Amino acid sequence: MYAVDCTGIQKSFGTAEARVDALREADFTARLGELTFIAGPSGCGKTTLISVVAGLLDADAGTLNVLNTQMSDLSERERLAFRRENVGFVFQQYNLLPALTAVENVAVPLLVAGVKRRQAIDRAAALLGRVDLGSRLAALPSQLSGGQQQRVALARALIHDPKLVVCDEPTAALDHKTGDAVMTMLATHALSDDRAVIVVTHDSRMLRFAHRIAHMDDGRIVRTEERPIDKEAA
Amino acid sequence: MTFVALRMLTGDRAKYLGLVFAIAFCTFLLENQTSIFAGILSRTGSQIADVTDASVWVMDPKTEYFEQTKPLKETDLTRVRGVEGLAWAVRLFKGNPVAKTETGKFAVTFMIGIDDATLVGAPRKMLMGRWEDLRAPNSVVLDYAGYRLLYPGEAYRLGRSIELNDRRVTIVGISDPGAPFVSLPVMHARYSEAVQFQGRERKQLSYVLAQPVAGVTPEELCARITNATGLRARTTSQFRWDSVRYYLKNTGIPVNFGITITIALIVGTVVAGQTFYLFTVDNLRQFGTLKAMGVSNAKLIGMILLQALLVGAIGFALGTAMGATFFEIFRHKVATRALVLMWQSVAITGACMFFVVLLASLLSIRRVLVLEAATVFRG
Repeated sequence: MYAVDCTGIQKSFGTAEARVDALREADFTARLGELTFIAGPSGCGKTTLISVVAGLLDADAGTLNVLNTQMSDLSERERLAFRRENVGFVFQQYNLLPALTAVENVAVPLLVAGVKRRQAIDRAAALLGRVDLGSRLAALPSQLSGGQQQRVALARALIHDPKLVVCDEPTAALDHKTGDAVMTMLATHALSDDRAVIVVTHDSRMLRFAHRIAHMDDGRIVRTEERPIDKEAA
Repeated sequence: MTFVALRMLTGDRAKYLGLVFAIAFCTFLLENQTSIFAGILSRTGSQIADVTDASVWVMDPKTEYFEQTKPLKETDLTRVRGVEGLAWAVRLFKGNPVAKTETGKFAVTFMIGIDDATLVGAPRKMLMGRWEDLRAPNSVVLDYAGYRLLYPGEAYRLGRSIELNDRRVTIVGISDPGAPFVSLPVMHARYSEAVQFQGRERKQLSYVLAQPVAGVTPEELCARITNATGLRARTTSQFRWDSVRYYLKNTGIPVNFGITITIALIVGTVVAGQTFYLFTVDNLRQFGTLKAMGVSNAKLIGMILLQALLVGAIGFALGTAMGATFFEIFRHKVATRALVLMWQSVAITGACMFFVVLLASLLSIRRVLVLEAATVFRG
């Protein structure tokens, strides 16, 4: 069962001589219950691809089905609601709101969805406890280490139980050990039949967590590598 | 999302305080300057407003404001008294004799000569003594600001002698009239004596004060007096505004205040606008993150407007408090007495500040609206 199934996706920026073709008829799939990696050199279009997949950018051409929804059929308002309900984001630079505490940052997706503040904070606190940050609920992002910030960002991405989590270089700013911990959490989340995690990375050390690796170059998926999953062992 | 917007706003203390104080100082400057401007202009008609007994002023047809007098003929008073609908009419003298104390300190004064029989036009607000005591020979009522000028540091005391045009007069009362435009002592005396204090001239009747009978409005009486006598007749309110308009038209006061007020508005708008715009630009990544999470443009606009209006309200309140404190301190000083923070200034400034924060937030809103959520993935 595909979480993401896109065919012939094209996306370009700029016009005339300044035109850059970021995606050239890219075909990409990500299955539910899997951790899919997109790997490739800088500038090959990885970030553009996940932006299109997550509904942040419109494709110029091609078909895009995400979680059984044709993205091109959605209005702007419906796309917002789709992202709000179904997509979680993890960014390279964490993108935590610096004025909010750790627990408040994690609660933001619930607040956006209309959950009452008290209830949202309680749920956020419980999730932070599960990622070993129960003692840092009231800390501001500036008072947390890089690894702690990424765990807060991960908790924020997962708090509303999204079916699709999109991560852009989630371990780029972390040391090996902390990166491993973050990837383990993501892999654990992905190991459910109704969820999928897509990770863009340069970090070859992290590829061992992948269930499938889509290698990208020059705006296209050039090769897809399948890796057997032993869910029992995981 | 209200609390997220508020936390984003107050999270960066330096920018938040910068915004609040930019608006506070702009508010203070605007309220301060407009109130002082209005206060100073209202002083041009203080002597007119002090006469509460009569509602109509009659003067030479060419008179434009209170200070500018061309004496009327005594027969003009009789002609005015012959106008239908008039209850009574009395003389008023205005001169500027030099007053000299026993120590030799002297000052040019505003001498108001009021009707001998009725004392119409006498100062009604007395700090010491009674205005009725003006009936005594060679007596004057001196205002408290003039007393402090002529007798600096001395306690109020009645019965002191003062020299006016080689005549020795006695202070029988200390009044608290409206502050004049020029800070000169204000003296009241009976008409017959006031003209002597000034120095005898052929014609000395500055104004005729009149009152209509019941059923005739002051405006109607003014029209009848002008038709019947050819003299200029104005109601108290009209004459005050005549004086204000004269100073507005013929002095540099409005230009000076206008420049300050304009600069305050421009600086306030630019500083508050730029700071708020930079605040939003610095937070674009945060707004982009919220957009990616599914926050609609309408909600983001609401957040920015909430931030702008809150900053505006706090800055406005702080600036108004600063303005109120300033006027509370300075209204007790002789030179700046009667200058108060006017509610009209507060209301106008409030409207200006609302416009400033709205303008500032519009630029910020535009940046957020055109922001692509995908920018959150850029490093």
